[in-house]
Order: sequence, then structure tokens, then C-alpha cells
Amino acid sequence: MKKHTLAVIVENRPGVLTRVTTLFRRRGYNIESLAVGATENPSISRITIVVCGDGRILEQVTKQLYKLVDVIKIVDITEEHSVDRELVLVKVKADATVRPDIVQIVDIFRARIVDIGKSSLIVEVTGDSGKIDALVDSLQPFGILELVRTGKIAMVRGSK
Amino acid sequence: MQLSGAQILLHCLQEEGVDTVFGYPGGTVLPIYDALYDSPIRHILTRHEQGAAHAADGYARASGKVGVCIATSGPGATNLVTGIATANMDSIPLVCFTGQVGSPLIGRDAFQEADITGISLPITKHNYVVERTEDVAQIVREAIYIARTNRPGPVVVDLPKDIMERRIDFTPIRDEVNIRGYRVMKGFNTGQVVSAVELMQNARRPVIYAGGGVISSNAAQQLMELAEKRGFPVTTTLMGMGSFPSNHHLSLGMLGMHGTRYANYAIAECDLLIAIGVRFDDRVTGKLDTFAPHAQVIHIDIDAAEIGKNVDVDVPIVGDVREVLEAVNQRLEKADELSEWHQTIDRWKQEYPLRYGSSCEGRIMPQHVVEKIYDLTRGEAIITTEVGQNQMWTAQYYQFKHPRSLLTSGGLGTMGYGFPAAIGAKIAFPDRTVIDIAGDGSIQMNIQEMATAVQYRLPVIICILNNQFLGMVRQWQGLFYGGRYSYTDIQSQPDFVKLAEAYGGVGLRVKEVEEIEPALRQALAVTDRPVIIDFWVEREADVYPMVPPGASLLNMLGGD
Repeated sequence: MKKHTLAVIVENRPGVLTRVTTLFRRRGYNIESLAVGATENPSISRITIVVCGDGRILEQVTKQLYKLVDVIKIVDITEEHSVDRELVLVKVKADATVRPDIVQIVDIFRARIVDIGKSSLIVEVTGDSGKIDALVDSLQPFGILELVRTGKIAMVRGSK
Repeated sequence: MQLSGAQILLHCLQEEGVDTVFGYPGGTVLPIYDALYDSPIRHILTRHEQGAAHAADGYARASGKVGVCIATSGPGATNLVTGIATANMDSIPLVCFTGQVGSPLIGRDAFQEADITGISLPITKHNYVVERTEDVAQIVREAIYIARTNRPGPVVVDLPKDIMERRIDFTPIRDEVNIRGYRVMKGFNTGQVVSAVELMQNARRPVIYAGGGVISSNAAQQLMELAEKRGFPVTTTLMGMGSFPSNHHLSLGMLGMHGTRYANYAIAECDLLIAIGVRFDDRVTGKLDTFAPHAQVIHIDIDAAEIGKNVDVDVPIVGDVREVLEAVNQRLEKADELSEWHQTIDRWKQEYPLRYGSSCEGRIMPQHVVEKIYDLTRGEAIITTEVGQNQMWTAQYYQFKHPRSLLTSGGLGTMGYGFPAAIGAKIAFPDRTVIDIAGDGSIQMNIQEMATAVQYRLPVIICILNNQFLGMVRQWQGLFYGGRYSYTDIQSQPDFVKLAEAYGGVGLRVKEVEEIEPALRQALAVTDRPVIIDFWVEREADVYPMVPPGASLLNMLGGD
């Protein structure tokens, strides 16, 4: 099953996100990740949805989404030449003995340490899914206490 | 001009051509009802909000106009839900205005507060909560526009009480509706039409499979032209009944679970399936991978999401059925090359006509009642049905000649739909005969609307095929659950004759075959009140032929 990233351009109105997610629930499509935010136009929001499925499912998702009155446009940016990013915060178990190792990993990934507790650190990283997965794998042996991801946002490169 | 939100609402409805609404008052819609008091809009007071929704739906199906209903907040709004879902499944243009508690109370679990926009989200084409009196006009116009255009459907508009009460300066200017996320479908892909015509001209065993989309796009004439041009046999879905006359020599009747054997055989054997305004519902297709296994498929529908939803299509054409068929007919050459195919079909028709047995106890057969209703109305009545055996026998034995003459809950299968829908149809067409063919189970689900029919002096006829069973469920229990009739025996029931009379209607009871016709004649002669005819029919008559759920269309029980 291939992952697809859809940029869904919608009216910035209350309840629009519910309409979109209700549609996914009702038709039995699973959302891998979801990010919503404002755009350069205050009357428009952009929902970035990562959905898993074959061509047929993707076609149905797209057509059903288009039927929502509040959906203005949908772009499948999976195949497009695009930039995608996610922000992740990871709280790692870190006593004095392992801190230097963690700092080294954080440097390699160009991540940042944003909080230091008595026995833990919070690491912040942005990047594409590949980079984030690699960082999380590297931190795993130290013990991950908490992890939170924003969900992917994406944009097509160039002037398009 | 200073107008209240409620007055603006009614003003805009009138502008949109709405002259009749169905509804039930309550606390939060008091401002609307106060405005209705001296509005030229006619309000039909039902006895339950579900009745109002179905009546507005029946009005819409019969007339092709948008049906409008009003209910108060909370339970009033939730009582509409079944009616909204019914309209949604059958793509019926319905606009429901619901009262809502005053804006400052929303979200505080106020008295009679219900989140009807949240509740109705998955069963509406679109819905609105009006937040400012200034937005009322625009939203009313949009709601009606969305309900009736493209693939029609229900729209809910939730109206907080204070928004309806507030008075603002109102200048009646009719703006064009312009919604950036909603565009009315125009045109179609001509290349696809050319491909479709080519397939049609080369097919040896083509079948047209026509559905509700033909009726909602008013394309019956174009369908007829298409069929007759090359002699394409036509089978219709339940929703498509009337789009092609059942008594036409090219008609195969209904297909699917309770379709004719010859329609289902034709589907199994065809080399080209011309699907028009249909959605390949499971009750039609049976087991999907055995549906029309040898056929190339042309699918014409206004809803792009229906293309490829259930089956793969060779030539999809997204567009208004009527426009597309006009283009197809223009290009299609007239020919008469299908005599071999017609012979095969005629053989099936002769071998496997629709037929039913007789009652061993000499009781009336329900199918016979439907045939009699057809004979006496010459197929010109508007027929509504409830859901279950009554619905299927009606589809099989009433020969529908015209579009919009069968009003039935095809998709949702709502028991209790038929009677209020008949009221709506009678309001739309006071001069036409309107008959609800009902079961003794279904009719009790909205029987309270007798009071409505009496109040408005509507001579709607209810024919109860009374077998004292929830018949269709009993049939399945007999066939698939070892005859264990679990909770389907409803011998305890009211005296329907007395019940009719108690409401102020006419009640008749028919137990003998020879009484059927006189009773129907007597009912048809009534001009000022509803009539219930209680037909005591064979208790365990089944609907045949039948494709068991999930089976192939060739795997039919009965009727052989």
C-alpha cells in the first residue's frame, strides 16, 4: 500500500475539518497523518493528509472529498517535486553518563535540545519522514519517554 | 425595509419558488411560525416531524421541485433524521430548516438543544448553521441551489432563535449563487461519448440498466429514443421504475434481488452494459464479480464519485444524463440488428414470466391486489410504497408508465415512508390518484399522519396488504434461519377500519377476492378524506424470484 500526501484546500470555517474527517471515517479510509493550518489567504485553510491505499482508494477519497461543498481544491503531491516536513518532540531518558552520546546524535541530525531535565532531555527535530524515523531509531536505545509528531506538511517546489 | 430573520427566510423561499412547506412548530421556531402566520407560503402541519420530512420528500419526488420542511430544535430536529437519510440515499432535493436554541445558549446543553448539523453531517449533501441575520438570505439561496443541482440531495439549515428574531435592514437583491467549492456540472467528455456510441453500434447483446438518475435529470424521453433507436432492452432499478414504461416490448422490468428472471439473465449474458444514472447497489448486482461478467461497461452519471466505486468501467461519462443521452442519440445510427438477442430474451420472457401461486386457504394473494390496483388506475396513479414485501410486489406487478409515478425509499429502505410521501405527492398533484401500497407493519410507523390527511381533506388511498407478519423479515427467516419466526408475527394489531374512522377517514376491509375491485372503486370515488383498505391476504406469501444476499444473479430462487 502506497502512502499518498494530499493537500486539501478548504474554506476556513468552523466544522470543515469535521466534514473531512467524518468522510474518511464513514467510508472506512484511514488517515496516517493530518495537519491543518492557515494559508496566505485568511479565508482558506490547508489540510495536509497522508492516506494509505491503492489507486482505487485514492481516487475514491479524492472524488468524495471534492463533493464536500467546503473543499475548494485537492492536489496529490506524492508524485510532485515537493518539500515535506514534520516537527517532532522526543523526550529521551538521559542521565549524565549517556548525555554526550545523545548530544552527538542530535548534532548529526541537525536536531536541537530544547529542554534539560534531571534525567531526561527533550529533542526537537524537523525534517522529512525518513530523517525523523532515523533519529527516532537512534534515540530508541536510550529509552523514549514521550514522543509527539505534528503530522506532515508539504509544498510543491518552484513557482507552481 | 426592516425585516426579521424569519421574514427574510420566508421572503427568500418565495423568491426561490417555494410555495409549500411541511412542518411542525415548537419553541425555537416560534419566530418562523409567527412570520408564516401571514405569509402566502402554504404550511402543511404534519403530526410528527418524520412525517414532515417524508412528505416534503414525496412532494419533491412527485414534482421534481425542492421539498422544504421545518422542525423545531432538539427532538424536532432529530425526528427529521430518518427523513433526511432517506432523501440522501435516494438523491432527493430536500431542504430542512431546523430551529436552534438562541446563539448565547448554544453548547450549554440548553433545553431542546441538539447538534443537528453534527448529527446530520454524514447524511446531508451539505449543512449550515446560520450565525448572523445578515447571512440568512445568502444561505437560503445556497441551500436550495445545492439541494437541486448536480446530484440532488438534502441540505439542513440550522437557525438559532435570536438570529430569526433580530430585525435588520433588508434590501431584496437576488444575487447569483457563487460557491467556490461547488460548481454545477456543465458539459461532458465528447470523446467518451464517441467511444460509447462505437461500443453501442458493435454490441450484439446490449442491455440498458437505468436508474433514478434518469428520473432526476428528466431524461425518460431521451432514454426511450436511445432504446428504440437500436432495440436495446431496458431493465430498471427500483429507483428507475417509470423511467421506461414497464409495458414496452423492450422492457425487462426490474433487475436484481427481486428482479425478473429475464432481466437478470440478460445481465448475465450481455456483452455491453449501458448503465445510466445508477450506482451498482448491492441489491442490484448481487455478488459483484459475477455481475455482467461478459460485458463491457458504459457508465453515465453526474456524480464522478460513482464511477468506478463498485465496478470497473470501460467508458465512463460524467455528466447530466439527459445532456449525455441527447449527444449519444445524435451520433447513434438507427439499426435493427439485434433480432437474435431479442429472440433469446423473448424465450426467457415466455419461460420465466413473473408469476405467483394461489393461496391454499383461498385467501387473497397480495400480488393480485397490486395487479387490480394497476388495472383500475390504468397505471396512471402516483404509487408510494412502504418497505418490504409490499414494496417489491408493487415494483413487480404495477406497470409503471411514467417517471415520478413510483415514490419509494430505495436506498435507505425506510418503513413508514410511503404514507407521508403520498401526502406530499397529493399536495403537489391534487388531481391525481395517489395510493400508498403498504404492509401492516410499515403503516403503523407513521399512521399518525391520518390526522394530517383528514385535516387537509386529502383523498389518499392506503392499501394495506395485511398478512399480520413483518413479511419480508419473516420470508428471510423462513429461507435462511430455519423457519424460526423470531418476533415477526404481529397478529396483535389495531382494527384498521375503526382506526381510519377514528381519524375521520374511510375504512374498508377486504377478505374475499371478489371484494377487491368494488372496494378499490369505492375508495377511488372518495374525494375529501383518506381511505384505508385493509386487505387480508395470504399470510405466508413470499416475494419471488429472489437472489439470496451476496449470491450471483443467476442463482435465483423461485419463479422458475
